[in-house]
Amino acid sequence: MALDDRKLNATEERLAAMTVPDVGCTKTARQSALARVRAMGLPARRDEYWKFTRPDTLVQPEAPKAAVFASDEAWVFDAIDRLKIVFVDGVFNADLSDDLTLEGVEIDRLEDVCCQDNHWAEDFYGTLEANSHDPVERPLAALNTAFAGDGVTIRVTGKPSKPISLIYTHESETSDVFLHHVVRVESGAEATILENGPAAARFNKCFEIDIADGGTLHHIRAQGRDHERRAAAHMFARLGKESVYKSFTLTVNGVLTRNETVIELTGDDAVAHVAGACLGDGDFHHDDTVFITHDAVNCESRQVFKKVLRNGATGVFQGKILVKPGAQKTDGYQISQSLLLDDDSQFLAKPELEIYADDVACSHGSTSGAIDEDALFYLRARGVPKDIATDLLTLAFLAEAVDEIENEEIADEINGRLEGWLERRRG
Amino acid sequence: MATLEQTQDVQVKEGVDQETVDAVREVGGKYKYGWETDIEMDYAPKGLTPDIVRLISERNEEPEWMTEWRLAAYERWLTKEEPDWAMVDYPEIDFQDQYYYARPKSMEVKPKSLDEVDPKLLATYEKLGIPLKEQMILAGVEGADEAPAEGRKVAVDAVFDSVSVGTTFQKELKEAGVIFCSISEAIKEHPELVKKYLGSVVPVSDNFYATLNSAVFSDGSFVYVPPGVRCPMELSTYFRINAENTGQFERTLIIADKGSYVSYLEGCTAPQRDTSQLHAAVVEIIIEEDAEVKYSTVQNWYPGDENGKGGIYNFVTKRADCRGDRAKVMWTQVETGSAVTWKYPSCILRGDDSQGEFYSIAITNNHQQADTGTKMIHLGKNTKSRIVSKGISAGFAQNTYRGLVSMHPKAKNSRNYTQCDSLLIGDKCGAHTVPYIEVKNNSSRVEHEATTSKVDDEQMFYCRQRGMDEEEAVALIVNGFAKEVLQALPMEFAMEAQQLVAISLEGSVG
Repeated sequence: MALDDRKLNATEERLAAMTVPDVGCTKTARQSALARVRAMGLPARRDEYWKFTRPDTLVQPEAPKAAVFASDEAWVFDAIDRLKIVFVDGVFNADLSDDLTLEGVEIDRLEDVCCQDNHWAEDFYGTLEANSHDPVERPLAALNTAFAGDGVTIRVTGKPSKPISLIYTHESETSDVFLHHVVRVESGAEATILENGPAAARFNKCFEIDIADGGTLHHIRAQGRDHERRAAAHMFARLGKESVYKSFTLTVNGVLTRNETVIELTGDDAVAHVAGACLGDGDFHHDDTVFITHDAVNCESRQVFKKVLRNGATGVFQGKILVKPGAQKTDGYQISQSLLLDDDSQFLAKPELEIYADDVACSHGSTSGAIDEDALFYLRARGVPKDIATDLLTLAFLAEAVDEIENEEIADEINGRLEGWLERRRG
Repeated sequence: MATLEQTQDVQVKEGVDQETVDAVREVGGKYKYGWETDIEMDYAPKGLTPDIVRLISERNEEPEWMTEWRLAAYERWLTKEEPDWAMVDYPEIDFQDQYYYARPKSMEVKPKSLDEVDPKLLATYEKLGIPLKEQMILAGVEGADEAPAEGRKVAVDAVFDSVSVGTTFQKELKEAGVIFCSISEAIKEHPELVKKYLGSVVPVSDNFYATLNSAVFSDGSFVYVPPGVRCPMELSTYFRINAENTGQFERTLIIADKGSYVSYLEGCTAPQRDTSQLHAAVVEIIIEEDAEVKYSTVQNWYPGDENGKGGIYNFVTKRADCRGDRAKVMWTQVETGSAVTWKYPSCILRGDDSQGEFYSIAITNNHQQADTGTKMIHLGKNTKSRIVSKGISAGFAQNTYRGLVSMHPKAKNSRNYTQCDSLLIGDKCGAHTVPYIEVKNNSSRVEHEATTSKVDDEQMFYCRQRGMDEEEAVALIVNGFAKEVLQALPMEFAMEAQQLVAISLEGSVG
């Protein structure tokens, strides 16, 4: 269908303000991604897939200014032994980063891919993104493939001794950043990837993850706390036979966050868990959009999303489980819940199922409501002040999502952060 | 029935009740109402133009304002696009290759009473089991003989293609103050009510099909229940499509004034033909303070043959507006017919403490496609809604639940509970769930869940405490799902209910 004029103009206006980086070997992929963007058009307000989130500020040519958030607290994951890869306003910084050599993993900068003959990522860049547009289009991801200025490629061949940590710092009020990472987990290999930091005033990130048979990847991210930042992140994962992908995302601040997770279970007995906890306070709009496709037998998928919202915050969940014909014995689970701490906040959800196989069990649940008055009364009757009691119940509500993190040290870190933030807020 | 046998060959998933498979097969078996009435018809020319709109208005002897209303709708319709978001797939409809008006020749001069109605028409309804004689007991309803006389009275408005053939028990209803007649009659006899309420719940420009209906609707039923009156009997409309290449566009308007109560039933069938036919109805219900309306539908339009040839395209807009405080509406639907269904009976819960309920069983077989569900729009304080939807798909069919629950900022202390279950029989069909949930205040509670995943802990505890093992307890709580919906059906639909009662959602997919 031809694009309407308004959409066409908005798309061309944005594209006119940008140039495709000259990264030789990804050139073809970038050109075809650009063609996809032109064909699809960038998201507009009336698009069904953007029903609950206004894409305007993610699409407009100039990134809206975002003040850098000053905080005296240590960064998330600082206490964890890890291999650090630091990007400052979207540019890799070698001085702040660790040496990129670690046993069991090969890490390269995206621009270095072309310096090596037959680099594994050369043909892979942009492929999962390219395959992700049916039945719903994800033009912001195609835009990323075309314009990504930096990123890393990570090939996991063994079991590295520590997590690989991507850190995104934000220094410029006007930074408009595209990062594109490509990950391949080889057969039987296992790794943990951490991500944290606000990255930029406007951040567009794309992660393409290919997990071979029997591979395992743990992916934990804590999205930056800058109040005014905006982000659109796409996470694409393709899972082979008996492979495992488990992700958890913590989002606390940010005026606009759209996290799209697109997972395809292509090998039998694969397992994918996607979890998220978010604490929204004030001018905060957080959108989790998840699309899981079961295209193999006996796979398991699990989506657990919890949102605590107050002072006019908005939480969005659009989740879908698609069970393709023949994907028998699928076990799909999806829960999205919101805790609304006041009348100004809102929760908008669309938990979808699309099933074409008869011997499957897919369940989805979605609830929204205020804090349990009985539980609050119970705590207060035992002398716990109301604000502390509310925070305790908030933590308990988020626990189901945080529990999805297998690594205890990391789970403790996340829980500690949540407690600390709630405590600071109480003052 | 080649496909049905194929279904039989398909390895049905373990845990799916054989009785359910049999019952679904029975429902999807030979269509019982596929015969045709051989009767001379009077058609308006094919196609849709302002002249056709005028002609329909003229045939119904409508006043000028109604003609204008229709023409305005027609103009709006020209600017609208056919919706394409539903999970249904059908060849493009040529709106100019349809008849928009067809009436039996014998209805040219409207009969004054049922005695004057063409015997062929009466025989048609008799064959369908619809009592058009007031003394008649309902055909085939078990236990009807023992039921008290009061309980078995059902007033019927029978619509044949584009016209209402007759309405029974009008006199008795009149004594109670209830107006029950065809909409064409209401436009003439009660213009003040029609003017006030028509299009007030489903605006002319609501959606493509509602706009089309507003331009060309030919007949339908009108109900007005005055304040404080409990309608003395069930009201019912029976729609029959008979003519070929003819669309049926009926319009129903129900007004329950303060403190009144009415139960309304709707049934529909059509002959078996190779070409598809369009049915685009609009139902508007207005419920004032303390009033209650129950609206039950058994939709049994011709579903097409086992290869997906023919069948009715059922594109319907139904909406109830609970305008007053404590108003209550209950939609119950059993959807077994139609080649394509596009239907979302909705509740606008405007009055404080108003309540909306939606119970649905949709069974699709062969190549049928159903995209159906409800909208619960909570505007008033302390409003409550409950949605129970059961979808069963067999053969090559696709069955989608699509719904919206919206809690507006002012709908404090409101409550919604939604439960959707789907069952697939065979591996060539599909079941889908597309719920939209919008919560804009924190004192309201919204829950959407698929029961297979989560059995109520308290119910479970109750059963376990009484010595049942876990499996037995789950079976008791989870099974017999369809019964919840069937229990909400009035006795007049007992036949249909009996046929479906064996259905359980054991082994549902989600």
